[in-house]
Amino acid sequence: MILDLERFLAAERPFWSELETLLDAFEADPHRARSLETLRRFHYLYQRASSGLAQVRSFASEPALRRYLETLVARAYGESHEARRTPAGFSPRAFFTSGFPRAFRRHLRAFTLAAGVTLAGAAFGGFAVALDVEAKPALIPFTHLAGDPAERVREEEKAVDDRLSGHKASFSSMLMTHNTRVAVFCLALGLTWGFGTLVLLFYNGVILGAVAVDYIAAGQTPFLLGWLLPHGVIEIPAFVLAGQAGFVLASALIGWGGARRPGEALAATAAARLRAAGPDLVTLIAGVGVMLVWAGFVEAFLSQYHEPVLPYAVKIAFGVCELVLLVLYLTRAGRAEQRA
Amino acid sequence: MREEVLTLRTPEGIVFDLPLAGPASRVLAWSIDAACLAAAGSVLGAVANAFQLVGGDAVAGFVTVLYFVLQTGYGIVCEWRWRGQTLGKRVLRLRVVDQQGLRLRPHQIVLRNLLRAVDSLPLLYLVGGTSVVLSRRAQRLGDLAAGTVVVRVPRLREPDLDQIQPGKYNSLRAQAHLEARLRRVVTPEEAWLALQALVRRDELEPGARVALFGELADHLRARVPYPPELVEALSDEQYVRNVVDVVLRRREAGPARKKLQARSVEAP
Repeated sequence: MILDLERFLAAERPFWSELETLLDAFEADPHRARSLETLRRFHYLYQRASSGLAQVRSFASEPALRRYLETLVARAYGESHEARRTPAGFSPRAFFTSGFPRAFRRHLRAFTLAAGVTLAGAAFGGFAVALDVEAKPALIPFTHLAGDPAERVREEEKAVDDRLSGHKASFSSMLMTHNTRVAVFCLALGLTWGFGTLVLLFYNGVILGAVAVDYIAAGQTPFLLGWLLPHGVIEIPAFVLAGQAGFVLASALIGWGGARRPGEALAATAAARLRAAGPDLVTLIAGVGVMLVWAGFVEAFLSQYHEPVLPYAVKIAFGVCELVLLVLYLTRAGRAEQRA
Repeated sequence: MREEVLTLRTPEGIVFDLPLAGPASRVLAWSIDAACLAAAGSVLGAVANAFQLVGGDAVAGFVTVLYFVLQTGYGIVCEWRWRGQTLGKRVLRLRVVDQQGLRLRPHQIVLRNLLRAVDSLPLLYLVGGTSVVLSRRAQRLGDLAAGTVVVRVPRLREPDLDQIQPGKYNSLRAQAHLEARLRRVVTPEEAWLALQALVRRDELEPGARVALFGELADHLRARVPYPPELVEALSDEQYVRNVVDVVLRRREAGPARKKLQARSVEAP
């Protein structure tokens, strides 16, 4: 118990002020290296303030002083007990050359699951349309895809005017923002223990499979590939990656599988698993966002132009090149840093 | 069981409490943020329409992306720049903190804001609101996933002790050991409750006023029993007033204490 509060305050106040000044400096510039002497002093001041708080807590009638010290000790506690590595600011170069592909590779099982669910949906959609063409309106929610593929191809190929003229940027930005919203939603649905993510991926696959089989059955495979590949080889994997992030989130919640790094034991509590998975979730969804910006740009400025304006072979070759580069990037980039 | 405070225990054995924000204050903070976003969105919409009229496709596209970035990034940027606060949270004196009391990390801020996509379902944050009401630490799903909680940042202010008639003789100060015991056992919450009752006494109906101060006085008498001859002439209201005077008013505030009190008011 503090017998003389006045004397206690007079003695301790300079130390609390010094601790506040140090905390302000730490919080303003968290990446700056501090000298050992400064850190020792900080630790001493933190312990001294903690000790003061312990004494003040016995003085029930000093709420203002107690709250002040609680705030001070809480800030100092956060600084002194933070064991996680401080990210040295966001580096776009490090993100693209290493961070994103490595986060993808750390959770390959979740990616395989997401890709498998999408493929299963595509198989279901394709099979349903092949079996009963009347099922098309129920499976494909887009009116411009509900008609006869051969007729659409004829209309597109004989078009003389650029129907997107004066609207390409708006169309592109609409695609980017809409698709990014859906991808974020796909990640967020991981909170439903992955069930929502699974349903969304499967449904995306159903639409994709139904459209693909519809066009192939109508003999319009070159048009389909020329139309879908330039943006689809980025957009579809981006949704699968968003699904991967959703499943990583779900696995951290449930306690199964891939939320840990190789060689690490699975954390005992959901809170600890989520804490471990958090940085990778953000990295994955940020990468997905970048992919969807590119896909939106390509879809508005390239995919909507068909023969005779743009030969299908060129568009298909462009799409195949993108796919090869994407696969190489996701599987190879950042390996040197990983080994180091 | 719902907790009112986030209690943290340091490895040194020091315990401190951070008061958790309830659903009502969070809804109000969100309403302020939503109003700000709606205002910014309508300005952007007007700009986009104006440019579309004059054929500025690129600008209209840019504004669409800007609107999306504003909607998605508002919470992230504000909470990052203002250490866990948005405009609404600043007004309502709320702050997002790490649930272990550690430094708030960028990925936690991004994650809790992105996961609003599920919290806001099916409309008006019904899922997130239900989670806040049902979870132990008043966390929406985004908070649970990001390991964050929203706490209240209480405004630290000096009590308005003029309400308790300074300068009058206070019989509870007559015996120093009982005065010391009273100061020790009466909690800050009890003292503030009693002070608030005194501040608002004139707003009460006469019957309610008598009943309220009767209850308070009985409670406080039980905390530290005084010799009957010291307190028998005191009404219930005067008894409460004397207790508040003992607990919240020190006999004499020295310069060091005055300085600290001034700092406490400014402390975050």
